[in-house]
Amino acid sequence: MATYKPVVVQGFLKLGERITQDTVYWRGYKTPVQIKEFGAVNKIDFSPVSPYNYAVTASSRIHIYGRYSQEPIKTFSRFKDAAYCATYRDDGNLLVAGSEEGSIRLFDVSGRAPLRQFDGHTKPVHVVGFLSDMYRIFSAGDDYASSLWDIPSGTEIISYNEHTDYVRCGCPSKVNADVFITGSYDHTVKLFDTRMKSSVMTIEHGQPVESVLLFPSGGLLVSAGGRYVKVWDVLKGGQLLVSLKNHHKTVTCLCLNSSGQRLLSGSLDRHVKIYSTTSYKVVHSFNYATSILSLALSPEDETIVVGMTNGVLNVKHRKPEVRKEKSVKKRQPAYRTYVKGRTYMPKQEDFCVSKPVKRVLRKYDKLLKSFQSSKALDAVLEPPIRLYTPEVTVAVMQELHRRGTLRSALAGRDEKQINLLLTFVARRVIDPRFTSTLVTVADIITDIYQPVVGQSAVVDRQFLKLQKAIGKEIDYQEELLEVLGMMDTLFATFTRKRATYLEESKSNGLGETIETSMDN
Amino acid sequence: MVAPAKLRVVRCGGGNHHGARAVFSADSYLLCASGDFVKVYSVATEETLRLIGGHADRVTGIQLNPHNHMQLYSSSLDGTIKLWDFMDGIAIKTFTVGSVLVALYAPPSFEDSVFVVTAKNGNRDPFQLISVKLTKAAGQVVEAKELSVVLSGVDSSPKCIAFGREGEYVVSVKQFDLNIYFFRKKLAQRFSLRPSKVIDGSNQFSCVACHPTEDCIATGHSNGKIRIWRNFHHKKEYTYSTLHWHHDIVRDLAYSVEGTYLLSGGIEAVLVVWPNESDRQKDFLPRLGSPIEHISMAADGSQCCTLHTDNRITIIDSNLRFSKSIQGLIKSPNIKTGLVVDPRTKALVLNGEPGHLQFYCLQTDQQLFSLDIVQREYIHQAGLHQADLVKVAFGAQGKWLATVEEREEVTDPELQLKLWFFNEETQSFKLNTRINTPHEDHITDMCFREVEELEDDSLILVTTGKDRVFKVWLMVEDTDPEAQQRVSWSCDFVGSYHNYQATNCCFSEDGSLLAVSFEETVTVWDSVTWDLKCTFCYPPGKIRNMCFGRLTCSKYLIGSTDCGFLCCWNLLSCALEWSAHINVLVLQPDPLSEYIAAVSWLPEESSLFVFKPNETQPVYIQRNLCRLKIQLAAFVPRDEPEMVSSEKYLWLRRSQLFFLTETQELMTLSTKSLEERLTLSSKQLAVEESLPVTPFSLLLGKHRRHQSQEDTDLGKRVVQKQHEQESPAVKEVGSNYTHYKAMTDKSFHEASGLSLQLLHTPAHVLPSASFLCTIFINSLLISKENKSAEEVVADEVEMESEQAEDDSEEERDVAEVEQDDPSPVESLGELPCKLSKSQERELRKIRKMDYSWIAAF
Repeated sequence: MATYKPVVVQGFLKLGERITQDTVYWRGYKTPVQIKEFGAVNKIDFSPVSPYNYAVTASSRIHIYGRYSQEPIKTFSRFKDAAYCATYRDDGNLLVAGSEEGSIRLFDVSGRAPLRQFDGHTKPVHVVGFLSDMYRIFSAGDDYASSLWDIPSGTEIISYNEHTDYVRCGCPSKVNADVFITGSYDHTVKLFDTRMKSSVMTIEHGQPVESVLLFPSGGLLVSAGGRYVKVWDVLKGGQLLVSLKNHHKTVTCLCLNSSGQRLLSGSLDRHVKIYSTTSYKVVHSFNYATSILSLALSPEDETIVVGMTNGVLNVKHRKPEVRKEKSVKKRQPAYRTYVKGRTYMPKQEDFCVSKPVKRVLRKYDKLLKSFQSSKALDAVLEPPIRLYTPEVTVAVMQELHRRGTLRSALAGRDEKQINLLLTFVARRVIDPRFTSTLVTVADIITDIYQPVVGQSAVVDRQFLKLQKAIGKEIDYQEELLEVLGMMDTLFATFTRKRATYLEESKSNGLGETIETSMDN
Repeated sequence: MVAPAKLRVVRCGGGNHHGARAVFSADSYLLCASGDFVKVYSVATEETLRLIGGHADRVTGIQLNPHNHMQLYSSSLDGTIKLWDFMDGIAIKTFTVGSVLVALYAPPSFEDSVFVVTAKNGNRDPFQLISVKLTKAAGQVVEAKELSVVLSGVDSSPKCIAFGREGEYVVSVKQFDLNIYFFRKKLAQRFSLRPSKVIDGSNQFSCVACHPTEDCIATGHSNGKIRIWRNFHHKKEYTYSTLHWHHDIVRDLAYSVEGTYLLSGGIEAVLVVWPNESDRQKDFLPRLGSPIEHISMAADGSQCCTLHTDNRITIIDSNLRFSKSIQGLIKSPNIKTGLVVDPRTKALVLNGEPGHLQFYCLQTDQQLFSLDIVQREYIHQAGLHQADLVKVAFGAQGKWLATVEEREEVTDPELQLKLWFFNEETQSFKLNTRINTPHEDHITDMCFREVEELEDDSLILVTTGKDRVFKVWLMVEDTDPEAQQRVSWSCDFVGSYHNYQATNCCFSEDGSLLAVSFEETVTVWDSVTWDLKCTFCYPPGKIRNMCFGRLTCSKYLIGSTDCGFLCCWNLLSCALEWSAHINVLVLQPDPLSEYIAAVSWLPEESSLFVFKPNETQPVYIQRNLCRLKIQLAAFVPRDEPEMVSSEKYLWLRRSQLFFLTETQELMTLSTKSLEERLTLSSKQLAVEESLPVTPFSLLLGKHRRHQSQEDTDLGKRVVQKQHEQESPAVKEVGSNYTHYKAMTDKSFHEASGLSLQLLHTPAHVLPSASFLCTIFINSLLISKENKSAEEVVADEVEMESEQAEDDSEEERDVAEVEQDDPSPVESLGELPCKLSKSQERELRKIRKMDYSWIAAF
């Protein structure tokens, strides 16, 4: 015997990106805090120790920000000209920075005046950093030289003059205190061992190198230059592992997340891309307002700080983990009530009467079952359904239309209800999933309520809104058709293949709604 | 006729109308007028037990003999009343009345007369209710002479007359008048309604029913109201009350046996129960599937049954619970899907009840199951456009099913293409992919590429649409492990040809070529690269049907145009091989051989041509296949090749041909002679197990029942095993079927059963010895024909199958060609010499007709 068949609500597959664990993780940041700096931010470095302050180098100042502070908690401003590359030592006590005038200064984080000043570079120093033994500093600059300095004595240990262009980036090895690398505009990355007189490895990147990075294990090297991010295997003698081309402008900065599983790259094309370090596929990407110069991620990925060319510092904090408070447990029936009769095993001669399964119908289905069209429409116009599942509302409207009772369901409504209906229609009619049904609905509404137009300002406004929405959509469609036409012309000129190709492209343009049933 | 066996057209299901209310017999049989026959169903097993035939025209009324509950009266349009012993299907007596009879009533209070409604020749009020005295005169055929008119000017519908309590009065309704005739007082009363002027339909009477114990009449009206009339003995004092639930015409009313409640039904397919004629506490049994036509109650009040417009019978419990449904070929208002054969169950698949696909088992004349395609609530209301199934196709040996449903809209049709996958575990089809608006306009044809050797993933579906394109759908595998299902379907290619509407499509046997017809042109495409290979056309007409040849004839493409031409193109030379002037309606290739059947239509007759594309002579011609227009045809593969006596019928060896006519009668062609088929019915004279249990039988039958039960159980088990192999989807009706098979297979045990019965029956009850002799001897022989028993339940009639030579258009064509084409005369020389002269003459006659085929050369 047939039973009542509920209204079929067509689910539609969401187009666009698929939600993965990565997207969930990287979306878990609050809205960014914007801090205005004096100039382009060229370096951001997090203190490796708690409370994870970060040093921001912009123009002639170095600002140190606390984790949630909007204002700098400390400023180093003893530079005559631009400062570069303020970097923390591994214990978080010392800070070193290069400068435009060629000197390197070492600061105590708690102090104000520089502890040491290393002079020797003849041109601006863009790269400075501590080696992992914490007593030596490496530096490189526009004079093509890479130097090594001793902190206690304040003297130069060795200087390499191997690059043939500006050196703009460098990185020490975490595992070996004698190894550091530099990348230069001469398209090479060089690996230096302080015990040797010359570089031990040279890697040809192919573009001016903007940023280099060594993996914590020291085995892999990442270089960024031009639009490419390239990963090299150092232990295999600098073999290219993978070359990534996901940005369409120069990549300026690289960064690893705290676990080392994800690699982040920032670029002048205003994007930060996040790669998985196992598959080297982009798993997520962020969008920023202007070109990105520097990028840093705090330990535990709590904060993403991005510095941009216009001097804006963009700080994103991770949302606190929402711990779901377990709702008060519903009192369940007592155990003995629950097991009543369930322990009985039917014997062979027993005649079992199965309990009829009660089918739960939604409210609108109940009303439709008893042919109460108007009330069914009211039921689906209630806020939760109307706002969050408009497809249900539209499905019921379609069902009413199919039954031929849509007109009577729409008729006889007061100002408030018409207002509600028209708001819904005007908002959803441009959605391609709902257009065909809602156009009919809009037709019927205008037909029914034509005589009362002009009596209520609210309703009139809604009508105008609807008109505007439809007009806008028509313009939009026309534009799209123009684009399609242009594309067709392009395809026709470029492709050698005959008409069949054209037809295929056209079919894609039609955009069939192909929907794979989820409920089955 | 010397020819050994001639092909006979046999009707095997569908098409019949229920002309009158069904009747429950005292021992749980259901008797039902169905076309020219009366069918006897078993209420317990839902199967057709017997088909009682003998009337020359439609049966219009059946009533049990009130004085002998084993006998049945039936009236027919042929002007006779017949008295039957319905247990044996024997006509006891025939009373000829003369004029057309449209209804029959047999109220128990009248000793030896029945009432019929006859048509008079007069212009006004042509129908009158007359009482017929049934004489006890000897003889099979008796003329009923004692006729007396009771009421004149009655309605032709049998539902418009009812007999009151103990036959004291008779009520007739017609349009706005209610007439009551009191037999004892010989007085007539007339009550007239004022025609209502309200918009919601007129208040004409549509049916009437009388309370069995009180003076109370219920009348149904066209506007859905029911009126209960009382105190109608006096013209002035009558009262009535109104019950209203139906929104459309009340089709039938019935009182319960005690008169405690009233049943009503109509187009809404809802059975409404009105207890105590009150508007409150009414009860409903909704969603019965299709509009209710007749309602009848069993004499003991334990069951009631409703007959529906789509030929279905529903049996309902006394506590208003759906109990059983007897359904053969469900009649659908419009069969759009065509006849498709399910490769898995070999069942015929076509439109069933709205939005459903019915799987009809040809062997048992029962519906295997009904698959809900549209999955939406169907509303029984006139003038609503609701989604219905229009196309269906099976792919990959029945693993995939593609369906198209559409809803007619003023602006643009709402289309959905659904693809179903057969789930082996649940033994049913499961929805895999739904595609909204696959085409901009109606879909005209759809086919799968059937390739046996290749893997599943090469499945291709092609749809053609009126939006001037054909689309190729491909099964794609989802690589994402998180996806819910592995495969889904998506569009792969869209092709068009000069902006013509695409009308038909089909794949060649090996799947390498796709032929799509665009109005007048047939285009052939490579199914790998989707390049247009070549085009064919036969100018003036648009392509109506098209198919590829098979096996040895796979290089031919056959097409028929709506100008009345059948053409065959050679795909190798890309040229027309031959053409013939035949107005082909249906073109159906046999999937197992190279034969192709074409059914042509000239006004008033359909003809069948069977041919091989590589031969210019048709293999078989049957003129005047049937008077009705044949809509659809299908070849159903046989389980095992049949032995065919004559070379002429070789094409029937592997598969059987079925036709569906305009009136939705299903027909087939059979080589078996009439006698062979009739022997079956004598077998059914077996012991009826379901006789009412009496103390006597309890005493005596205990031992016997025990024995026979063992037998049936044995048979059942064997049969079930067979059945599982054959068709796994038969679950639903499986039990009935097995029961049925058990009955037939049991013919083996009949021998002992029948002889025992003979010996145990008192001699004075037995018919004459000469009558029993053949049956007795037959029963002693061990039957070898268990297989033929499958063809069963045969409502088969022999149709006219003479090769009548009408002077049709076609015939004249032939005559013209004859003069300028001598070739067939030459071919006569090749005839095998062992033919007798009469056969030769016969053959020559047939050859003469074939000339039209060669006309193209």
